[in-house]
Amino acid sequence: MSIPVSAEGWRKELPASVTRLGWILLIAGVAIAALGYIVDARRMAFDNIIGYLFLASVAAGSVFLVALEYIGGAVWSVPTRRVNEFLGALVLLLPLIALPIFFHLHDVYHWTHEEVVSADKLLAGKSPYLNVNFFVLRFVVIFAVWSLFHFLFTRNSTKQDTTKDQKLTTINIRLAAVFMPVFAISLTLTAVDWAMSLEPHWSSTIFGVYYFSGTVLAALSAATYIIIKLHEYGYLPKLQRDSFYSLGALMFAFINFWAYIAFSQFLLIWYADLPEETVWFMSRWRNGWEYVSILLIVVHFAIPYFALLTQDSKMDLKRLKLMAIWILFAHLLDLYWLVMPTYSESVSFSWTEFGFPILLVGLVMVVLSFKMKRNNLVPVGDPKLARGLSFRL
Amino acid sequence: MPMNEKQQFSLTALFDTPDEIIHAAHETSSAGYTRYDVHTPYPVHGMDKAMGLRQSRLGIFVLVFGLLGAVSSVLFMSWVTLVDYPLVIGGKPFWSWPAFVPVAFEITVLLAAVLLVVTMIVLYFKFPNISHPLHDTPYMKRISSDKFGISIQADDPKFNEREVRAFLKKIGGKEIGPVYFDLEDLDHGQTMFDPKFLGVLALTAILVAGATYSVFNQILFLEPFSWMSTQAKQKAQRPSELFKDGIGMRPPVEGTVARGFLPYPFKGKPDEAGKNLVNPLFATKEVIERGKARYLTYCSPCHGNFARGDSRLRGQFPNPPTLHSDKVRNWPDGSIYHVITEGQNVMPSYASQISRDDRWATVLYLRVLQRAHNAKESDLK
Ligand code: HEC
Repeated sequence: MSIPVSAEGWRKELPASVTRLGWILLIAGVAIAALGYIVDARRMAFDNIIGYLFLASVAAGSVFLVALEYIGGAVWSVPTRRVNEFLGALVLLLPLIALPIFFHLHDVYHWTHEEVVSADKLLAGKSPYLNVNFFVLRFVVIFAVWSLFHFLFTRNSTKQDTTKDQKLTTINIRLAAVFMPVFAISLTLTAVDWAMSLEPHWSSTIFGVYYFSGTVLAALSAATYIIIKLHEYGYLPKLQRDSFYSLGALMFAFINFWAYIAFSQFLLIWYADLPEETVWFMSRWRNGWEYVSILLIVVHFAIPYFALLTQDSKMDLKRLKLMAIWILFAHLLDLYWLVMPTYSESVSFSWTEFGFPILLVGLVMVVLSFKMKRNNLVPVGDPKLARGLSFRL
Repeated sequence: MPMNEKQQFSLTALFDTPDEIIHAAHETSSAGYTRYDVHTPYPVHGMDKAMGLRQSRLGIFVLVFGLLGAVSSVLFMSWVTLVDYPLVIGGKPFWSWPAFVPVAFEITVLLAAVLLVVTMIVLYFKFPNISHPLHDTPYMKRISSDKFGISIQADDPKFNEREVRAFLKKIGGKEIGPVYFDLEDLDHGQTMFDPKFLGVLALTAILVAGATYSVFNQILFLEPFSWMSTQAKQKAQRPSELFKDGIGMRPPVEGTVARGFLPYPFKGKPDEAGKNLVNPLFATKEVIERGKARYLTYCSPCHGNFARGDSRLRGQFPNPPTLHSDKVRNWPDGSIYHVITEGQNVMPSYASQISRDDRWATVLYLRVLQRAHNAKESDLK
C-alpha cells in the first residue's frame, strides 16, 4: 500500500479558526497568569511550577515517544509520528514558562533561604546540590539536551521526506539509544528539582520514575487526542482501528504503570514508617488533602482503567478521545497534588490555577498550526510508512 | 495398516509468504468454508480479521479467574492476619491492607494466566486428548520450518474433494494434498496416562529441578550480600572465632562478681539462712503481683495454686507438701527463700529461673496465701 503523495506532499494547514482560538487561549492564559502574579505572586509561582512540569511532561515526553518508536523499531506509529515530533517542539518554549519561577524562587523553594540552610544540618548537607546556581545550571543543561535531541530527530525525519534516505532512520535509531539514558537522568532531575525539592527534607528514590509515568501518559494522551481529531477531519491518511488500538493499549499500560509506581512509593514509605519519610504522605492526608488523594486514585487510575479495559474500548475513537482529555486532566491533578500541599496545609483552590492550563492549551494549538504549516503531516519518506499504514494486530 | 481403514481429515495447501496466507485465509472464509484452519510458523498480524474470526471469549475467563485470585487471596490474608495467627507487625493494625496488595496482585495475575492456559487446553485442545490428525504429518513439518498452510477439513458442510482441490489451486496453494487419520490414533486418554509417558515426565521434573537447584544454588551461586549471614558472632555448637581457646561462653574473670549475682553465703546451711536473711522487700501491691506471677508460674505446678499441696502432680511425683503447715508458717522468710534458692531433697533449686528479688517477692506472696488460709477473726474486720 502506498499513500498518494500530492504535489504539496502531506502539508496540510489547520484552519485559521484553530490558530485564532489558540492565540486567544494563549493570550487569555497569559493574562490570567499575569494577574495572578500581581494579586498573589507566591501562589502563582506554585501554579507556575505545575504549569512548567505539565509542559515538560508533554514536550519531553513527546521527544521520548519519538525516540521510543525508533529504538523499538515500531511500525504502527510511523504514520502518526509527526504529531509527536510537533509536540516535541514545545521543549523550545520551556524557558519561557520557567522564567517567572526563577524570579520567585525565594517564595517557593525553602532551600534558597541561605540563613535557613546554614542553620539546618540536613539542608546544609544537601546544599552542594540544592543551591540556586547549580539549579539554574541544571535547568539550562537539561533544556539544551532536550532541544538538541528534538532538533536532531526532527531534522533527520524531515530530511527523509525529500531524500528518502534509509540511513537517516538508522542515524535516528542510534540517537535514540543515546537519548534514552540521557532522558532518564534529565527527567529524574527535573522531577527532583522542581517538585521534590519543594519539601527539601524529604526524599524518595522512586520520585523520578513516578513523574516519568505521568509524563509518558500526558505526552501519549496529547498525541492521541490530536491524532484522533486530525483523523476525524481527514487530515491523516486512512488509519485502521488497529493503529488506534495500539495507542489505547499503550495508554492503558501506562495507566497501570503509574498506579504501580505510585503504590510502590506509598507501600515502601508506609511499611518502613519512618517519620522523615511519612511526613510527605501525612501532609497529603489531612486538612482536606485526603479527598484530593482519593480523587487522584479514582481519576488517575480506577476510571481510566475500567474505561480502557476491554479490547473494543481501545479502538473506540470516541472513548479514546475522551480518555485522552481525561488523562491530561488527571496528570494536571497529579501535579497539583504533588506541588500544592507545600503551598498550603489545607486544601485550597483558586482561579489562578486556570491560568497555565489555558495558556498551555493555546500554546499547543499555536505551535501545532505553526508546525503543520511548515512540515509534512506524514513522514512520507520513512521506509516503514507503508507497513505502518497497513498495520494489523 | 491398509489405506481404506483411514478417514480423510482434510485437504491441505502450502503458501510461501504471510501476504499469500492472509489472502488465502480471506478467500477461504469468503468462499463460505467454516471448518478450516490456518497454520503459520509465527503469529501473522491481521490473521483474525482475514479469517473472519470473532473476538476470542477467553478474555471473560481471564476476568473471572483474575477476580477469583484477587478475592480469594484477600480473604485468605484477612483470615490469616485476623483469625488464624494475628501478629503485630511493625506496630501496624492486624488488617493492614496495603501489605496485601502485592500478594493479591501476584495471585490475580498468576491465577488468571495459569487458569487461562488450562482453560484453553481443556476447551480448545480437548485435554486429555493429546493427539491431532495434523500432528506428525509432512504438512506440519513444513509449517514448523518456513511455510504457511491452510487445512480445509473434510467435515466442512461444503467439503467436496475435487472442488476444494480446485479452490486451493485457484488461491495459489502449492503441494495440495490430503491428510488421513486413524481413529485408533486419536484414542483419548490412553497415551496421557501411559506409564512410560508419566515416567519420562517425572524424570524430566526431577532432572530439571535438580539442574536448576545445582546451577543456581551451587555452581553459579553468588551471595547477594554477605553482611547479614557472615557476622563475627558466636553460633550454637560451633567453636568461637573470637577467643583463642575456641570457647564461646566465657567464665567470669577471677575475683569478680556479675551484677545482680552475689554469691549465696548459706549454701547447705538452712538454719543460718533462716536466722540471718532479711526480706529486703515490702509487701506493696506491685511486689505481691510480681510474687503471684512467679508463684503461679514456678511453684503452683507442684504445690498447687493455693499452696495446699494439691496440684495435679499429686500421685505422680513425691507428693509436694502443703505450705500451710505450722512448720512453714512459723519459718522466717529466710528459710523459705533458702528452699527456693537451694531446693530441698527432691525439690530442685529455682535460683536460675527466679531472680533474687523475685524470690523474695514469691516468699511474700506465699505469706499472703498462708494468711488467707488461716485467717484470724481480726482479719475480717
Ligand atoms: C517439682 C515440684 C516442686 C516445685 C515446682 C516446687 N516445689 Fe517446693 N517442694 C516440693 C517437694 C516435693 C517438697 C518436699 C521436699 C522434701 O521432701 O523435703 C517441697 C518443699 C517445699 C518447701 C518446704 C516445705 C516443708 O514442709 O519442708 C517449701 C517452703 C517449698 N517447697 C516452697 C516452694 C516454692 C516457693 C516453690 C516455687 C518457687 C516451690 N516450692 C516449687 C516440690 C516442688
